Amino acid sequence: MFPNRFEYRRPGSLAEAVQILAENPDAKLLAGGHSLLPAMKLRLAAPSTLVDLSQIEGLRGIAANGALTIGALATYNQVHDSAAVRQAAPMLADTCGIVGDPQVRVRGTLGGSLAHADPAADLTAVVLALGGEVTVVGSGGERTIAADDLFVDLLTTSLAPEEIITEIRIPDLAGAKMAYEKHEHPASGYAVVGVAAVLAMGDGGTIRSARLAVTGATAKATRLSSAEAVLAGKTVRTETIAAAAAAAADGLEINGDLYASADYRRHLVGVLTRRALERATG
Amino acid sequence: MADTMTAPATMAIQVTVNGSNRGGNVEPRTLLVHYLRDHLNLTGTHVGCDTSQCGACVVHLDGESVKSCTVLAVQANGSEITTIEGLAKDGDYHPVQQGFWEMHGLQCGYCTPGMIMASVSLLQRNPNPTEDEIRHGLEGNLCRCTGYQNIVKAVQYAAGQIGRDAGAADAPLPHDAHRPIHHDGTTPHDPASVDDWEDELAGESDES
Repeated sequence: MFPNRFEYRRPGSLAEAVQILAENPDAKLLAGGHSLLPAMKLRLAAPSTLVDLSQIEGLRGIAANGALTIGALATYNQVHDSAAVRQAAPMLADTCGIVGDPQVRVRGTLGGSLAHADPAADLTAVVLALGGEVTVVGSGGERTIAADDLFVDLLTTSLAPEEIITEIRIPDLAGAKMAYEKHEHPASGYAVVGVAAVLAMGDGGTIRSARLAVTGATAKATRLSSAEAVLAGKTVRTETIAAAAAAAADGLEINGDLYASADYRRHLVGVLTRRALERATG
Repeated sequence: MADTMTAPATMAIQVTVNGSNRGGNVEPRTLLVHYLRDHLNLTGTHVGCDTSQCGACVVHLDGESVKSCTVLAVQANGSEITTIEGLAKDGDYHPVQQGFWEMHGLQCGYCTPGMIMASVSLLQRNPNPTEDEIRHGLEGNLCRCTGYQNIVKAVQYAAGQIGRDAGAADAPLPHDAHRPIHHDGTTPHDPASVDDWEDELAGESDES
């Protein structure tokens, strides 16, 4: 199998890449290529132009200064191996170590995963729960999009066609408790359902605020606002966690497929919410 | 029709493959695996599933294992590539190749080149992996013959070999890798003779 014909461009700067995108409305950006190239080989995608970002400087760095800044082209392995990420947001480092398989983790990038917005991706829910945001550059200049506003629908983001994610920022979460739990598809490794939980802690073991996000169950990574409401202001106890898990799937539009029905996924949302909260607070 | 009659645009690429400078013109849509096999005649790298799942096509690109069915040849421009053909040095098998030979880590052999290249990367990232780490480390490679048991032993053998080559005093002897691996950590079943084995199968083992 090989893709349909396309023009291959390898710009040396972001400005040049933005210009190519503006001139070629159906062009696609190529980062790690591990979602795009398989889709192109199956002819599910047939862009006229591929814009390879690999030669653009400054898109791979990882820096921590309270908040964490990760270049969009940082690979899963680079994020996983980064001491700065492990210290600031251990859930992000851990999750980058379980995406796909070792070869995917060598090539796949954090920015690519967020821009692709696969409904069963791990990193979409993790970055959403962490309260992350992305910096994007387009013909109108630079802007910031909160993860809360980035995922719009199945494989759809709020990025304009000529916009490029340049970095991902995770706020300072010092003292927060966090964990991601997934039930993975045994063949593909994608999340049948995955739940990421981040708890900001107040005095005396109370939960100041909670951010939880689910992937795999819904068309896009989605906050679990019912569970968050249950947790806010409470102390960490078995009953609190059970109540949050029971409420987790409330209000979600859950999809089913041949592998797992919507009812089963609804059940998994509760189970994985409980596990994520137990591991985060354990 | 005019479109199909036009010769496809090609791009010049330069790569280093197994230490040699190679170059050529490829269509942008040419996959790295097809460039290696069809342009350079390096057919040791296999095409298995062709959907980024099975790992038969794994090669090293700038020192890291990648699925060459999911990399464009033009993306590899300027890179260093090692294929299974380039792993042995001066006629000596790489310890991982030796491990697959000694531990019978293959049957039909189709997955083997990718399995070996992935195992080499696994041991570079983690020189002394547990059995569990080996199994997880090879998640990107499928084998439909062996059930993976002997592949795991082959990687354990190679880890021991590389450790001994590096002078690690506590590296296990390769013989240890011959021992059957039990998930539950029980004493390996190890009959001394065929008669003992038959007794064992008949439930008459004299082991307490």
